[in-house]
Amino acid sequence: MVTSILPLTVTDAVVRRRGKTLLGPISTTVSDSGLSIVMGPNGAGKTTLLRLLHGMERVSGGGSLQWQIPEEDARALQAFVFQAPIMMRRTALDNVAYPLMTHGVSKKDARARAVEWLERVGLADSAQKQATVLSGGERQKLALARALIRKPEILFLDEPCANLDGRATREFEALLMQAFKEGTRVVMSTHDIGQARRLAEDVWFIHHGHILEQTPAEEFFASPKTSEARAFINGDIVE
Amino acid sequence: MNELLAGLLEAGRLIVTFDADLIEISLRSLQVTLTAVAIASAIGLPLGCWLAVRRFRFRRFVIATLNALMGLPPVVVGLIVYLLLSRAGPFGVFGLLFTPTAMIIAQVIILTPLIASIAHQAIRELWAQYHDLLISMNTTRWQRIATLLWDGRRALLTASLAGFGRGIGEVGAIMIVGGNIDNATRVLTTAISLETGKGNFSLALALGFVLIGLAVVVNLLIHTLSRTEVSGRW
Repeated sequence: MVTSILPLTVTDAVVRRRGKTLLGPISTTVSDSGLSIVMGPNGAGKTTLLRLLHGMERVSGGGSLQWQIPEEDARALQAFVFQAPIMMRRTALDNVAYPLMTHGVSKKDARARAVEWLERVGLADSAQKQATVLSGGERQKLALARALIRKPEILFLDEPCANLDGRATREFEALLMQAFKEGTRVVMSTHDIGQARRLAEDVWFIHHGHILEQTPAEEFFASPKTSEARAFINGDIVE
Repeated sequence: MNELLAGLLEAGRLIVTFDADLIEISLRSLQVTLTAVAIASAIGLPLGCWLAVRRFRFRRFVIATLNALMGLPPVVVGLIVYLLLSRAGPFGVFGLLFTPTAMIIAQVIILTPLIASIAHQAIRELWAQYHDLLISMNTTRWQRIATLLWDGRRALLTASLAGFGRGIGEVGAIMIVGGNIDNATRVLTTAISLETGKGNFSLALALGFVLIGLAVVVNLLIHTLSRTEVSGRW
């Protein structure tokens, strides 16, 4: 790639809503490659952190997000997969083709590429079905295909497997790993410690809106530095 | 009961014999209301959508006003349009009073708030669902509005059909601005009103049944053409 949007430098970013501080201040760097897993208890700020990095939360105070290219351009090279996949009231095919169509690709070409992506995620047979009738696992795979079709440099996923069963989770992880191996930077939050162990290259542990640890996965699982992380890994309830 | 039965029989007779007067006033009813619905939809649907997507200072006030205008009394609208279009009024030079055009103008005023308000409600729900996705995908405002109008088209059709329902049965405004002139501005509702006044109940009822039948047929036709209520489709 000629110019990458990464690494991203975050400086003193704070997210406030109605006077309540949800996140931060956070200062960190998102490197240009890797698969990072964001972990932490409910309400720790995992979703808010991902939304902040993706530009969907306004930065309060004096903080900033600094991409390698202007933010407007950087936003077009990212994608986000939500915890509950948002299905548009269209066919599965048109759902996947939509991001291309809104970015200047002709309908015909967009659909042709969407067909390839549906085959890749194993939904080719459902192409003409309404997306809203797909099962939970199929929806999330569709959302992944839709997120990847514009070849984002960085992909955010917010607990994508929270509502999936074992088999659907395994299929989803395989697709995700494939995208990662093809060079997509991945930042994903999860509750599932098993999933974090399977996928993570490095782990960000967040608690009460702060990143407590940002360490390589082996190191994090072998010897967590903070007592909160230790308790979290051991399966204790962290409050 | 006798009147009802006689009315039904009369309705059957008028339809079977292709009564020329009946066909003429039915077609005029359709022409006036369908034109008014088309114009009111062209204004109301994008307006409702825009109100759902845009955040501005007086948004709540505008929406509340719109909802209040849904209950606009047709007689009052008719009166105002009458005064505006009458020879002495500001638009008197166009000579529109007592023409179908005047009736269409009055109906557009009655229908637009209704269609916009229902459209706003429908699109607001869809927007709440799509919001994060469309923001995440870096779409422009016009792309968002276009997407919402397209994906919400079936809900918007309901808005337009509600407008049609109100327009086809409306009598107060078109009576005043149209004048119920035979062969010129007489439509089904004004004819019913007239025949009832004359004590000609069976004919009035017959026209009433035709009117109800017409409304049902138009709704079924539009549903069939747009393939709503087919399983698995929105």
